[in-house]
Amino acid sequence: MNIIEIKDLVKIYDDKKTVPVTAVNGVNINFKPGEFAAIVGPSGSGKTTLLNLLGGLDEPTSGEILIDGKQMGNLNSRQKIDFRMHNIGFVFQAYNLIPVLTAKENVEFIMHLQGQSKKARDKRSQELLEAVGLGDRMNARPGKLSGGQQQRVAVARALASKPKFILADEPTANLDSKSTETLLDIMEKLNIEENITFIFSTHDARVVNKARRVITIEDGVVVEDKER
Amino acid sequence: MIPSISWKNIWRNRVRSLVVVTAITLGLVGGLFSSAIYKGMAERRFEEALTKEISHIQIHNPKYLENPEIGFSISNPAGLIDFINSQESVKAVSSRLKITAMIGSSSSNYGVNVIGIDPLKEKEVSKLYTTLLSTDEITEQFGISDPAELEKFQADSVGYYFENTRRNPIFIGEELAHKLKIKVRSKVVITFQDVQGNLTGGAFRVCGIFRTENSAFEQANVFVRQNDLIGLTGLEKGSAHEIAIFMNDVEQVSELSALLSENYPNLETSDWKTLEPTIAMMNEMMDVIMTVIIVIILLALGFGIVNTMLMVVMERGKEIGMLMAVGMSKLRVFTMIILESVLLCLTGAAAGIGISVLLIELFSKTGIDMTAFAQEGFEAMGFAAVFYPTLGVDFYIEVTVLVVLTGVLSSVYPAWKALKLNPADALRSE
Repeated sequence: MNIIEIKDLVKIYDDKKTVPVTAVNGVNINFKPGEFAAIVGPSGSGKTTLLNLLGGLDEPTSGEILIDGKQMGNLNSRQKIDFRMHNIGFVFQAYNLIPVLTAKENVEFIMHLQGQSKKARDKRSQELLEAVGLGDRMNARPGKLSGGQQQRVAVARALASKPKFILADEPTANLDSKSTETLLDIMEKLNIEENITFIFSTHDARVVNKARRVITIEDGVVVEDKER
Repeated sequence: MIPSISWKNIWRNRVRSLVVVTAITLGLVGGLFSSAIYKGMAERRFEEALTKEISHIQIHNPKYLENPEIGFSISNPAGLIDFINSQESVKAVSSRLKITAMIGSSSSNYGVNVIGIDPLKEKEVSKLYTTLLSTDEITEQFGISDPAELEKFQADSVGYYFENTRRNPIFIGEELAHKLKIKVRSKVVITFQDVQGNLTGGAFRVCGIFRTENSAFEQANVFVRQNDLIGLTGLEKGSAHEIAIFMNDVEQVSELSALLSENYPNLETSDWKTLEPTIAMMNEMMDVIMTVIIVIILLALGFGIVNTMLMVVMERGKEIGMLMAVGMSKLRVFTMIILESVLLCLTGAAAGIGISVLLIELFSKTGIDMTAFAQEGFEAMGFAAVFYPTLGVDFYIEVTVLVVLTGVLSSVYPAWKALKLNPADALRSE
């Protein structure tokens, strides 16, 4: 049973002023639960676009994306937001934490949107921050954390809503080697122990080395899909 | 959590938020304080007019209002006064004779209304007698404390309200005394027509000089004892041209006016609004004018807030994109931005209203003295040259509501811009 099915996905950017750009061109990929996959390719190859389409942040020009058998294209924008909140976790290259909230509040934020009780939020945010090794920095604001620590908070935040899978767009691009290694170890551990699906878009060799499946994309086309 | 985030977001750029808060604070202090001055002036004029000049209700013979001749008096005023006195809402009633006359001193003559009163009853309807300096005030202002000196000073310089006097005392305004170049104990001659239409008159001695904030009233009206006037005019004892009524509560005026009009259809009952339409209009318009002032100020501030909130949305596009990506609904994003603006406005409002309350409270006790600049001008219009600002709690509530409304309206466009952001594009932006 696939958790994600991508069928003939096409995304063309056409602002009617310049030449249309085909960012994703007839992509067909399936993901199973518990995968630790990396989508790799040079800059402008369509990795981020593919991730955005998977996350429902962008509309495909044609093709289908099914998540747990549910067609994303059939959801209206409100249903899509709700779907994302309950099913997809995001980790961004620039961390994108809310600067005015503490690490714990950042993790609790999505649970608050989900309407979870304070007790449940407290418990899960503590567990997650401890799991990413930040049990002692829960009350620190993002500005007081290093890049690696901020990205770990972002991972904890992505996991807070108990999503079906996590989309991580260049999560290590701004991190040094040590922070990258720590972060990847944490994500791999969560992937193995909690069977959470991770899909990365990256050109970081360290991420590629850890991934158990590597999908290479060039000019919007999947040129290689290799499982290890 | 959303209100908490909104509040914290305001202080991400402290300088910018403080500039907006300061602008709102200063705008409101200016608006509220000037409104309080206008309100204080209007209330003072209203109070002065009702307590010293016109009272709450006046009753006349309708013919007298068309042509104020001595013969157009009210028939059977005693019965009418008894009826008025039987009403619980009435505090006091005074009957007056009112004739037009010439008053002359050794230096000049002026046309005046001579008002014949029963001083004791008139005291209950009009507070004009309080404008004479009391012995305590004389001691305070002139440092005179010896009883003999005090009595001499009062008798020579201030006078009395028909007390300690013998024949034909007259109580006149300071403005008229000034024009006639007379003082307390001076003799004046009043000339008028008697009931037969013959020219007659009498000599009066100034018993006291009243001082109001309305120089026109001071110049146009003199008060004498009713019985003295009856003796000179040949009017019947107990005659009246005007019945003045003072109520326990101004809110009950219209009710009694209606009752009197119904029971005495042959007489003209006029309430204070009819007698002094400018005061009535000022009273009714003041709240509207004050609201307009505040709305104009808030409108100007609103554009500044729109600009600030647009900058906020533009600067935080990526973050807003992230919020939408992780599942924050458009309604919540919209609410968050609106709340930021409202909280920003409310912070300015709290400071502005707080400072205004302190200033208004302070100056309502000390007053703002403009006598050195425009005393004559203000008093010619019936206003005191010393302002005592005042504002009701209801106006502060109204202003707070308007501030919240400004916050909401001025953030609608920026919030709408935020909603138009595509999360994917916003996340890609720098």
